[in-house]
Amino acid sequence: MTRSPFRIDKSRLIEAHPSAFPSWQHGVCVVLAFLASMAVAWAQSPVKPAVPSALATLVIWLPFILKGFALNLAISFLAMALATLLGIGLGLMQISVHAVVRAPARFITHLFRNSPWLVILFVVMFVIPVEIRIPVGGKIPIPDWIKATFAFTLPVMGNISEIVRGAVLSIPTGQWESAEGLAFTRAQTLRWIILPQCVRRSIPPWMNWYALLTLSTPMAAIFSVHEAVANAQAAMEAAGARPQFLFPFYLFLLCLFFAYIYPIAIWTRTLERKYHVAS
Amino acid sequence: MHLKSNSERHPWSADQPLVSLRDVHKSFGTLEVLKGISFDVRKGEVICIIGPSGSGKSTLIRCINGLTPIQRGSITVEGQEVNDPKLDKLALRRKVGMVFQQYNLFPHKTALENVMMAPLKVLREPKQEVERRARALIAKVRLTGKEDVYPGQLSGGQQQRVAIARSLAMRPDVMLFDEVTAALDPETIKEVLNTIKEVAAEGMTCILVTHEMGFAREIADHVYFTDGGLIVEHGPAAQFFANATDPRTRQFLSQVL
Repeated sequence: MTRSPFRIDKSRLIEAHPSAFPSWQHGVCVVLAFLASMAVAWAQSPVKPAVPSALATLVIWLPFILKGFALNLAISFLAMALATLLGIGLGLMQISVHAVVRAPARFITHLFRNSPWLVILFVVMFVIPVEIRIPVGGKIPIPDWIKATFAFTLPVMGNISEIVRGAVLSIPTGQWESAEGLAFTRAQTLRWIILPQCVRRSIPPWMNWYALLTLSTPMAAIFSVHEAVANAQAAMEAAGARPQFLFPFYLFLLCLFFAYIYPIAIWTRTLERKYHVAS
Repeated sequence: MHLKSNSERHPWSADQPLVSLRDVHKSFGTLEVLKGISFDVRKGEVICIIGPSGSGKSTLIRCINGLTPIQRGSITVEGQEVNDPKLDKLALRRKVGMVFQQYNLFPHKTALENVMMAPLKVLREPKQEVERRARALIAKVRLTGKEDVYPGQLSGGQQQRVAIARSLAMRPDVMLFDEVTAALDPETIKEVLNTIKEVAAEGMTCILVTHEMGFAREIADHVYFTDGGLIVEHGPAAQFFANATDPRTRQFLSQVL
């Protein structure tokens, strides 16, 4: 094999993700911890409580918290869809032969990849107006959760842009050469030969970024977007803000996110292994 | 318009060389790889370029279809200057087929799709006609039954034969073979060489870079020995292998034969 010895093997970098480590034991540990904490909370509560126990309070407020979680999911789907579209466009611009296209794309990619998500969230929240006036008259309000969705889109977009660029670079030069020898243009080579081969190797890192994105959505609670964490906090407040609430409520949130993300992480790892073996 | 190029004044005809190199120079940085190579290839001729590693054989063959630009000299294919910046490179590459040492098949496409792809996407020919031709080519390289198999499941020799079929699907006027058996197991080399032999026997103009001396002797009309970026010696195959005169050629042949 003619391989250039100094080229960075992107596929190996892509493997270094948190999802490469979880196993089923982690799931068991978290569930056991949750059950243990429930037992402790139950044991501590008075035999005939004047007020409902922490656990009972949690059960009462469960639908409210789950409704919030639905918003977390909505934000994650929307942000991921938008980030994928924009990220692929930006990634393709990054590999353009024209520097005028390449340079701004590279700048935008690195700007959003290398900024703290929280800072991006703050900037977007304050830069996007509360409502837009339409020329015909009248105003369209922009809800906070839409703004938050856009804020989460940006860093993921930057990272997907890099995934696309890395995947294209990881295709052996022989593929370009044989396409060139067959009179394919650069655009045709990308469309029919290079990008189809990139899709498969991009899916595991793409799923990793979806997991990270979903886990970041509770940040929107800072701007009182009514997602799961904000709703849990509101519920605790409404139920009397007793300190006993903190542990079961937050542990429940942890389990909620874990139950959603964990299968994705396992699936990602399976795909990584499968593609690694296949390639 | 007195600046008309040679090709426009004298349209290429079959009695002229199909491929013609004149004083071709190529450097990579300060490393001069080709130091003035000249030769002609006529239609239907089979030529072999042999020589020690690093003598510029592969670079030479890559210059002919414009994959590697040259610094000085001239390369013409059917009278068209390859190095002319105004040349339609795509038109040139439709005339010149190339097969690589590493096969470079498209791994996400089946053998049949690999063969069909360029005629479909580049020449935009009708699918039925392309498929009919592609199946015939697969049969020609003796891979009937492997049409729907992906390259990863084929042996090196089989992949290389698909690569030859893929190149032939563009109906080129000349085929370039760049050390096409160098990465193969000894037992699969023969099947690829047989395929090339059949292609040559049908009158295809072929330029081969090869380390297979026995094959070169058998198939080539003319053999060129390159060393240090120059053609040291050349001649009709039988004569070349029997009576090489240059000491460098004799030393090389004594090592490889």
